[in-house]
Amino acid sequence: MRQVIIIGSGPAGYTAAIYAARANFKPLLIASSVEAGGELMNTTDVENFPGFPEGIMGPDLMIKMQEQAEKFGAEILLDDVTSLDLSGEVKKITIGNGDTFEALAVIFATGSAYRKLGLPNEDRLSGHGVSWCATCDGFFFRQKTVAIVGGGDSAMEEANFLTRFADKVYVVHRKDSLRASKIMQDRAFANPKIEFVWNSAVDALLGDDALTGITIEDTVTGVKRDLPLDGLFIAIGNDPRTHLIHGQLDLTPEGTIAVKGRSSKTNLSGVFAAGDVIDPTYRQAVTAAGSGTVAALDAEHFLSALPVAVLAQAEIQ
Amino acid sequence: MSTAPAVTDATFAAQVLASSKPVLVDFWAEWCGPCRAVGPILDQILLENGDKIDIVKLNVDENPQTAALYQITSIPAMKVFQNGEVVKTIIGAKPKPAIEADLAAFIG
Repeated sequence: MRQVIIIGSGPAGYTAAIYAARANFKPLLIASSVEAGGELMNTTDVENFPGFPEGIMGPDLMIKMQEQAEKFGAEILLDDVTSLDLSGEVKKITIGNGDTFEALAVIFATGSAYRKLGLPNEDRLSGHGVSWCATCDGFFFRQKTVAIVGGGDSAMEEANFLTRFADKVYVVHRKDSLRASKIMQDRAFANPKIEFVWNSAVDALLGDDALTGITIEDTVTGVKRDLPLDGLFIAIGNDPRTHLIHGQLDLTPEGTIAVKGRSSKTNLSGVFAAGDVIDPTYRQAVTAAGSGTVAALDAEHFLSALPVAVLAQAEIQ
Repeated sequence: MSTAPAVTDATFAAQVLASSKPVLVDFWAEWCGPCRAVGPILDQILLENGDKIDIVKLNVDENPQTAALYQITSIPAMKVFQNGEVVKTIIGAKPKPAIEADLAAFIG
């Protein structure tokens, strides 16, 4: 049995692991098999993480966080949690290969998953012109025409990135203004390859074997028109990844895990949550890291208050 | 990083299309994070099922002809070839059990 197990390997999970390891709780961090490092693994330059005035590549930042956690004794497991039982004093966590781990405290930091448009053909055309990863797939659209759907920082970053390859990048956005930060907006507005398609929602994905275009609907007038495209990148936001704990942990109306006040405490004793999975608002690498710190300190406080005999059980692994 | 053997534009016909055994081709690139994540999983599947299926990787950056021929627009893309034809396509990095389920017809 472990004292603390951390689920998730984004900035929240790794920061929690750094703190828990430095507190000598020998945390096990279950990082996922193919998404270890989380969302930042699919980004390029991170310019708003303090301490890196020249910027740092998202994957490099996550590798450094992992190394920092391991340096202090965190154990990283590249597998996926498939089920959890958080009800008792001893929490049970089962992973993809069937192994089950036990822990006195669990920090849940599973982040969020890309939101889909929810259109027919979306799954069928994924990988055939429809993509969620500009850094992976931009390369295949040299001298092509693509569109990105969305109006946030991710959409602007990906739009700018895609102009390295594509001749033309449309940004299709439901409203007539962006929620992206000013610096990201200004870059996109200044990029001659980017054209904004305002007040427009994607109504249909066109194409049989591969995407040939989209139908867009004007959100003001309701008028529909087709936009021929070679590729469509979707960056319309994320939903908290909570499917593992439905029915066990309370959620907020926004779908994030409910925590008490400014803490990381969920409705279950010994279960803490951190990062994007509790945050419907800010969702930054830095806020997630801060949230991971809160969770580790809350878990430390919880474990320290347990009877010595209970804690001692967890030291025998 | 993946240890599966590499194929190229030059060797694709001989190593993949002419093979009597099913061959999974992992279309990947150095700059693709999910590709790096799925590589070791494919290595493991090859280790456990090498008698039933071959697994090779094709770097799309260095081998654009084959990537274009098979209309790769998203990676990682894994295509199983049998008798020179694509018989199965898997798009995106997935956990090992999910890829094994996708490959059940070949390794089941």
